[in-house]
Amino acid sequence: MAKPKIAVFKFTSCSGCQLQILNVESHLLDLLGEVDISFFPMATRSVRHGPYDIGFVEGSVSAPEEIERLQEARRECRSLVALGSCAYSGGLQALKNWVDAAGLKAAVYPDPSKIKTLDQAREIDHYVKVDGRLRGCPINQEQFVDFVAATLRGKQPDFGEAPVCVQCKLNDNICLLVSRGEPCLGPVTQAGCGAICLSHNRACYGCFGPHEDINAPAMIDVLRGLGLSGQEILRKFRHINSNAEGCREGVNLIVSQADARRISGAG
Amino acid sequence: MSVKRMRVEYLARVEGEGGLQVKVRDGQVEELTLNIFEPPRFFQGILLGRSFTEVADFTSRICGICPVAYQMCALMAIERAIGLQVSPTTRELRKLFSLSQWIQSHSLHIYLLALPDLLGFPSAVELSEADPEAVMRGLRLKQLGNDLTALIGGRAVHPVTAVVGGFTWIPSQKEMDEMRDRLLRALDDALETVRLVAGLKLPGFEHQTEYVALMDQDGYGVNQGRWISDRGLDIDAADYREHIHEFQVAHSNAMHSIRRGGGPFMVGPLARVNLGFDRLSPVAKAAAAGAGWRFPAHGSFRAIQARALELVHAIAESAAILDGIDLKDTAIPPFRPRAGEGAAMTEAPRGTLYHRYRLNDQGLVEFADIVAPTSHNLHQIEDEMRAFIPTVIDLPDDRLALECEMLVRNYDPCISCATHFLNVRIERC
Repeated sequence: MAKPKIAVFKFTSCSGCQLQILNVESHLLDLLGEVDISFFPMATRSVRHGPYDIGFVEGSVSAPEEIERLQEARRECRSLVALGSCAYSGGLQALKNWVDAAGLKAAVYPDPSKIKTLDQAREIDHYVKVDGRLRGCPINQEQFVDFVAATLRGKQPDFGEAPVCVQCKLNDNICLLVSRGEPCLGPVTQAGCGAICLSHNRACYGCFGPHEDINAPAMIDVLRGLGLSGQEILRKFRHINSNAEGCREGVNLIVSQADARRISGAG
Repeated sequence: MSVKRMRVEYLARVEGEGGLQVKVRDGQVEELTLNIFEPPRFFQGILLGRSFTEVADFTSRICGICPVAYQMCALMAIERAIGLQVSPTTRELRKLFSLSQWIQSHSLHIYLLALPDLLGFPSAVELSEADPEAVMRGLRLKQLGNDLTALIGGRAVHPVTAVVGGFTWIPSQKEMDEMRDRLLRALDDALETVRLVAGLKLPGFEHQTEYVALMDQDGYGVNQGRWISDRGLDIDAADYREHIHEFQVAHSNAMHSIRRGGGPFMVGPLARVNLGFDRLSPVAKAAAAGAGWRFPAHGSFRAIQARALELVHAIAESAAILDGIDLKDTAIPPFRPRAGEGAAMTEAPRGTLYHRYRLNDQGLVEFADIVAPTSHNLHQIEDEMRAFIPTVIDLPDDRLALECEMLVRNYDPCISCATHFLNVRIERC
């Protein structure tokens, strides 16, 4: 049987998730034995044309030409997989979605008219059907290897839908939120990183994005209880995955709470 | 009269022009543009209004290949803005952290990105069939760099422990000792890399330019020192904008830089070795002698030699840092937000990186200025390419295009992902 053909596409991104693929050093040559890397510009000049069995997409869509290129990638791939936070939610650059686009260009370029970008950086789901998602900024290598291994065996990879707190507990960490009052996003963030920050004495900042059953109102109450201002909480949700649904829900709640306070005359 | 047009497309499915466009008339380059398609992400804009404690996590995401450089540079600039001094041990750990990225990035570049070109393979996959030992060595070295980054930072890409004032977490003495021993064992692999590179037949093309790098009083420049060139530049990060002019070109989303009153300049391993060869660790200097390499060397095709020497140096230096480090003095000093402005420079694997921030009294960013190493080099790449093409103009089209690609890759640009995806098209008029 022919080896499955794999393609890795890059859109607007930092290349860190692609590097995570190259970083599976101990598995890299095994992986190469099982699959045919047909298209991976960061790693090889050679290009074998599609169709591909699995296409991994790194990056968000933020320039007009990327829409077409993504649609073509979709047509070429039997299964199309979002690789990391940019492809999953738009990534950090989606922060531009909430500010005036013209002003932003002018802040960075002397002649903004020469810069051709879309006003919004969006997740790939916004433009094409997506068959699988690997979360994280960057992706977790074990999840990548598990994902490829499961897919090769015709199985649906299952990463569960737990929040980071579950992994944090499994690591026997002391809860930074409860014990030290640190504004940790673990309760509302999708697990998968291995609770790396918490295991290194740092509060979670949500790089894997909100998990499905996010309880945004409760998280906001907890953060307020720790003394964070509305603006500070807003920034927690407007971070690496600001365009993900759960983060937008959090932002809307904070904004409506601020409006309610203004109307009622309270601070 | 002969006119020759060459086009190297960076992204095959990009409409319109490709990445490198050249028009040659009578053996002379008439037009040359290196197009950067990478859509801009407006970091300097999205940082506005963010807290000073968030900046390093943001700038890390500018580059997944050298996030540590972006974290270190941001943290040092922020600390200058708020007037915070970190402990000497923190400075040493930060240097070690940055060197870990040199090890990772240089071995990635030498073995996976450059070597296939130089040995005539499309990628490391085919190379690994012909010379598995070489590719395994490259992967071992890369993993060593990654493991050192992860030991200090929690993970290799976008590590998490580096914060304003220091690190949230310090490895144990035992882990440090084990890493030191592993580094010392890995020196053989690094020296073998020098021998491998010494055996390569590199194009003999030479090109003079100005070399700029951080020179540290205490050794080879990494995170600190003055920014010095072989043509009289000698400045602190705070004065950067008085000396470097950044400008937009129509054909690229990345800005170009030149020295005010001067021209293009080179940053990166070759610039660093040309200026700081004497500061390299003895084992790296001995390796250069063994290979018969002399510096300063001119022309970016020699950069792979500088990269190999820096790989030896980074491993030896990391082991030396771990040998003498005192882990007691690592507490994060107390700090508060305050209004101020601060600039910093670091040597990322591929060259000098510059950050400057202005904060308000709540510690929110009012102004951000970031210049990436590749941005420093872009004008230089075009300049060298303009001189290089006439020397290879008689080569067959496909070979000519490959030579041009190789010249771009000599700079290990952050767009290396793109530069490895080249559909070559040459049009003869």
